[in-house]
Amino acid sequence: MPEQLAFALEVTANGLMAGVLYALVALGFVLIYKASGIFNYAQGVMALFAALTLAGIIDGQVPFSHLINAVLGTDVHHFGWHVPAFLAILLTMVVMIALAYAVQRLVFRHLVGQEPIILFMATIGLAYFLEGVGDLMWGSDIKSMDVGLPQGINAWIDETTFEAFGYGFFIDNLDIVASIIAALLVIGLVMFAQYTKQGRAMRAVADDHQAALSVGVSLNFIWILVWSLAGFVALVAGIMWGTKSGVQFSLSLIALKALPVLMLGGFTSIPGAIVGGLIIGVGEKLFEFLIGAPFLGGATENWFAYMLALIFLVFRPQGLFGEKIIERV
Amino acid sequence: MKDQADGYVTADGRQIGPVVMEMKNITLRFGGVEAIKDISLDIREGEIRAIIGPNGAGKSSMLNVISGFYVPQDGEVWYKGSRRAAMKPFQVAQQGIARTFQNIALFEGMSVLDNVMTGRLTHMETGLFWQSLWKGKAEREETANREVAEKIIDFLEIQAIRKTPVSRLSYGLKKRVELARALAAEPSILLLDEPMAGMNVEEKEDMSRFILDVNDEFGTTIVLIEHDMGVVMDLSDRVVVMDYGKKIGDGTPHEVRNNQDVIDAYLGVAHDD
Repeated sequence: MPEQLAFALEVTANGLMAGVLYALVALGFVLIYKASGIFNYAQGVMALFAALTLAGIIDGQVPFSHLINAVLGTDVHHFGWHVPAFLAILLTMVVMIALAYAVQRLVFRHLVGQEPIILFMATIGLAYFLEGVGDLMWGSDIKSMDVGLPQGINAWIDETTFEAFGYGFFIDNLDIVASIIAALLVIGLVMFAQYTKQGRAMRAVADDHQAALSVGVSLNFIWILVWSLAGFVALVAGIMWGTKSGVQFSLSLIALKALPVLMLGGFTSIPGAIVGGLIIGVGEKLFEFLIGAPFLGGATENWFAYMLALIFLVFRPQGLFGEKIIERV
Repeated sequence: MKDQADGYVTADGRQIGPVVMEMKNITLRFGGVEAIKDISLDIREGEIRAIIGPNGAGKSSMLNVISGFYVPQDGEVWYKGSRRAAMKPFQVAQQGIARTFQNIALFEGMSVLDNVMTGRLTHMETGLFWQSLWKGKAEREETANREVAEKIIDFLEIQAIRKTPVSRLSYGLKKRVELARALAAEPSILLLDEPMAGMNVEEKEDMSRFILDVNDEFGTTIVLIEHDMGVVMDLSDRVVVMDYGKKIGDGTPHEVRNNQDVIDAYLGVAHDD
């Protein structure tokens, strides 16, 4: 097998795994957008906030310690214990549910029936607010995230591919675990929406608010539920990206990568988010490998996704799987 | 005869029960417009109660007050012997009042079966946790509710389209699916907002038959708004007539037909010949 082809295979595998993570972030957007028509700009910051909270809890940090010390003149920073990862994840989830409740209760409940642009503006405000609260609660220093996920090159794949192609693939264990977890999460969410009572109610609300009310579904409850689910997705994304590159502000920027994924897949489609994520993940890596690096001087990964999204906006604005936009006269 | 508190038996032998819902002096305003002016009416268990009146008379508003979509500024709603506090439409639905809409409100993206199953939501009690695991009670509950849904699908003769997405159905079938969804809740009161609007003669006959069958088979109390006078007079036990937000007549079809106010306001044309 020629070396070029082996390279291409490795690049594709890496692209697929990056794509699953993009899909995961995009999924958070789709959940909220479908159920409430809100484009949640704060999704990325939610991932950052979840990761900060998780890292802080594991580390035994005292939340709001700077604030407490400044007001009370004390000097507390740590409880002096380390919380096991599993328990910390559960606690973080409780925080994300509380956040979902607060967001719905304090903000969006008062904005029901407003223009989409106003809802969007509210989420921008929420993004900056959350960013500030995250800093205030846990401090702004870069944290490392360790919940026990394996990291480093996968030796088995390296050896097997070396024997087969005479060239060992470099595939990170973390990427493999991350894509398996993300895939399971996506399947779980789809099954939840499809087969459970709350999932059915969720789809009902996404489809028609009035009709959902008439069959006894509380819109408020469903909205809190979808914000909690989006919080859960954000937490998983935060763990993956946080483990990979540390918990810091730039983590919130992964949301920007989800935008082209959404334009490709359609804002209202869960399968769209998955396929869109995979296409962008593989596309940007292969483009860099085949065209970007040899002919364009490299670094195409940064803009390829947006260019693809622009092309889609021109020719198929509803995305691959989105609802067709028809104006009836 | 119908003054008896415990109910009475109709000419065709159906048992009509005591009053299940009573609207007392309801007034509903939108800004300066009074959509409903001081209207009182009662609904008896097991009867088919029609609300008629010209366009803009406030019929749909009345139905929306009953189903909780509108909250009246004045007046009381009494349901099953106690006064109902102001509540959200979904809470009204949970109390056993199901409805259909004038301009069909179905879940277009879901299949017919899924739509009907949403009607069972108020009967499912398992919490989020067990539902997510989909084990034990959640599974049993799903099966039991599925059986009810299938029974209603059979009853309304829509087995052939069970798996079809609703968006692909004809108007008449959509109306029937909407009725199925409302029925699936096994409501104590079923509110139908113009169930036959825009239908052809054949579809109207089908729908009339289904309404009578539902009332007969399940003993469901039905409140309906309809424009087709022939249908209303044939179907209903008692009729309320509204005009400009006021109640101008209330009684059996026969009484209403001979009420001078009603004739003047609404049936005048029929009276002249």
